[in-house]
Amino acid sequence: MKKWFLSMAVGLAAVAGTAAEITLNGAGATFPSPVYRVWTYGFSQSTGNRILVNYQGLGSGAGVNQIKAGTIQFGGTDNPLTAEELEKAGLIQFPMLTGGVVVIVNLPGVPSGALKLDQPTLAAIFLGKIKAWNDPAIAALNPGLKLPRMKITVVRRSDSSGTTFIFTNYLSKISPEWQQKVGCGPAVKWPVGIAGQKNPGVCNNVSRIMGAIGYTEYTYAVEARLSTVQLKNREGKFLPPTAAGFAASAANADWKNAPGFYMVLTDQPGADSWPITGVTYILIRRDQKDAAAGKALLDYFNWCYTSGAAAAARLHYVGLPENVVELIRNEWKKIRF
Amino acid sequence: MFKQLAQKILDPARADRLFRIAVLLSALLLPLVMTGFFLQLGWSSAPAWREFGLSLLWSTEWDPVANRFGALPAIVGTLLTTSIAIVAATPPAFIIALYLVDAPPWIGRPLSQALDLLAAIPSVIYGMWGLFVLVPVMQNHVQPFLADTLRMKHLPFVGEYFNGFGILTAGIILALMILPYISAIMRDVFRMTPPMLRESAYGIGCTRWETAVHIVMRYGARGLLGGVFVGLGRALGETMAVLFVIGNVAMLPDSIFAGGTTIAATLANNFAEADGLLRHVLFALGLVLLVMSFIVQLFAQSCLTATAAARGEER
Repeated sequence: MKKWFLSMAVGLAAVAGTAAEITLNGAGATFPSPVYRVWTYGFSQSTGNRILVNYQGLGSGAGVNQIKAGTIQFGGTDNPLTAEELEKAGLIQFPMLTGGVVVIVNLPGVPSGALKLDQPTLAAIFLGKIKAWNDPAIAALNPGLKLPRMKITVVRRSDSSGTTFIFTNYLSKISPEWQQKVGCGPAVKWPVGIAGQKNPGVCNNVSRIMGAIGYTEYTYAVEARLSTVQLKNREGKFLPPTAAGFAASAANADWKNAPGFYMVLTDQPGADSWPITGVTYILIRRDQKDAAAGKALLDYFNWCYTSGAAAAARLHYVGLPENVVELIRNEWKKIRF
Repeated sequence: MFKQLAQKILDPARADRLFRIAVLLSALLLPLVMTGFFLQLGWSSAPAWREFGLSLLWSTEWDPVANRFGALPAIVGTLLTTSIAIVAATPPAFIIALYLVDAPPWIGRPLSQALDLLAAIPSVIYGMWGLFVLVPVMQNHVQPFLADTLRMKHLPFVGEYFNGFGILTAGIILALMILPYISAIMRDVFRMTPPMLRESAYGIGCTRWETAVHIVMRYGARGLLGGVFVGLGRALGETMAVLFVIGNVAMLPDSIFAGGTTIAATLANNFAEADGLLRHVLFALGLVLLVMSFIVQLFAQSCLTATAAARGEER
């Protein structure tokens, strides 16, 4: 009996011995999770699995809730907290990546990426005022295209989402009516349409429904091979979504004078700026109870900014320029171990 | 040490007492869990009831930005999808069960096993099948047929707007999901008809149909109702299969083709990220769902009691 128990204990110890010394758990935004998946795996590998990093794409709201509750070591959010909120919760916030939200359509007979929409038509479609694809307003913007006589089905997120925050933030900026009737937030009262769960759910529904239009983070649209829409930016230029366009939007950002790095990059000036660009953030606790884990956490983020940059670019995200990363490293000095 | 303990327990007088206590405790667990659910949901949803009062039940507003919430779209969606499912699933389930009881074994046995297998498929599989197979079929074939060919678009509650997602699609998925459930229960109850009764029926010259209706069905009426109510309970609370195909629209559906939402789908969509008032509202929705299931149970019980005499059941 005793022997059996002893061998059991030895066995358990052996299993535990092969596990990582430090495990860092993160959760939150789905917007950057394709990159985070690559990063957490790559970093864990690079430490010989000594430090194991996990990230669950549960959504920005969940990321904020869980880091506040202290159940995870880092949270991801696309909907930045204000400086006061950070102070109150004892959190530190810094940007991780810049990416683009794109508008996707399922339009039989229209070549991929050919459709153009400007600010009033985009807002009118999501407000439910333009109901059909052969509407004169859309036709006027797309003289060369044969637009189908088809009803427009708006597809949006069913869950609370940072992607929705970025998208509705843009719509609020370009349309006073949207601002007044719907507003901006991670979940809003949509006037029309049906909803899918998370970015993949929206892509799935758009590809199922002929005549559908939706919005998603760029990588998901590329992965799902969905047709994206060219949008007219602030300077009046039609642009297809590209990483260069996201970078151009981020170029004007004045990070130095943004407390808590609070920044929303929608509708930025610049001829090459993609209009719906967003920043995704990391939240960590200012008081790190476990010094070793806290240091490992910073090691991980440092690795992401340097060794991880290539993976981010491959997935159509834009990393932060070196001077901004330097600002972020300064911010880390506030952390107490 | 173990031996001593074992001897102590196995002492017959003691064992009896121990068994009685164990049984009593296990039985008490049921009301305990039950009241626990009600108390917890009531407690956690209290701020929502304070904020909105009972108007939460009939308000159609769902505006997360302004923090205004109403449960009516979800309640109506739940009732509509469940009704469609029950109406569509019960007749075929009944016929299948009747057939399986009387079918020759070489076909009855494999069919019976297939039925049990279908009843065991996880609901998320039904949801995926619905999204990838049923939704396009509904969009391209069923809806044009119903709306244009049968001219149903002129009827009230049957709108023109349709994209494959919506109340009707969710109802059909639910119907497919609960059909094997209902059928399996009915089959098991019908099987319990004493062979002597059936043989007597054949003996006095009844046809198969007459035997099925007057003997088997009469005898198994309890199972028939029981099967329907089990299916009803499952359809009420089903989450994943519905979430995939209903469209998740927190608005009162203006037709069975329109998108909608159910209580369970609303909970699944919002719970992970909800905080503040929305979280309390979601708990309130949970309470509403629990009360609805409770009412279904009470109704089932009263149905069985009311029809007991007519079915010639001994009291």
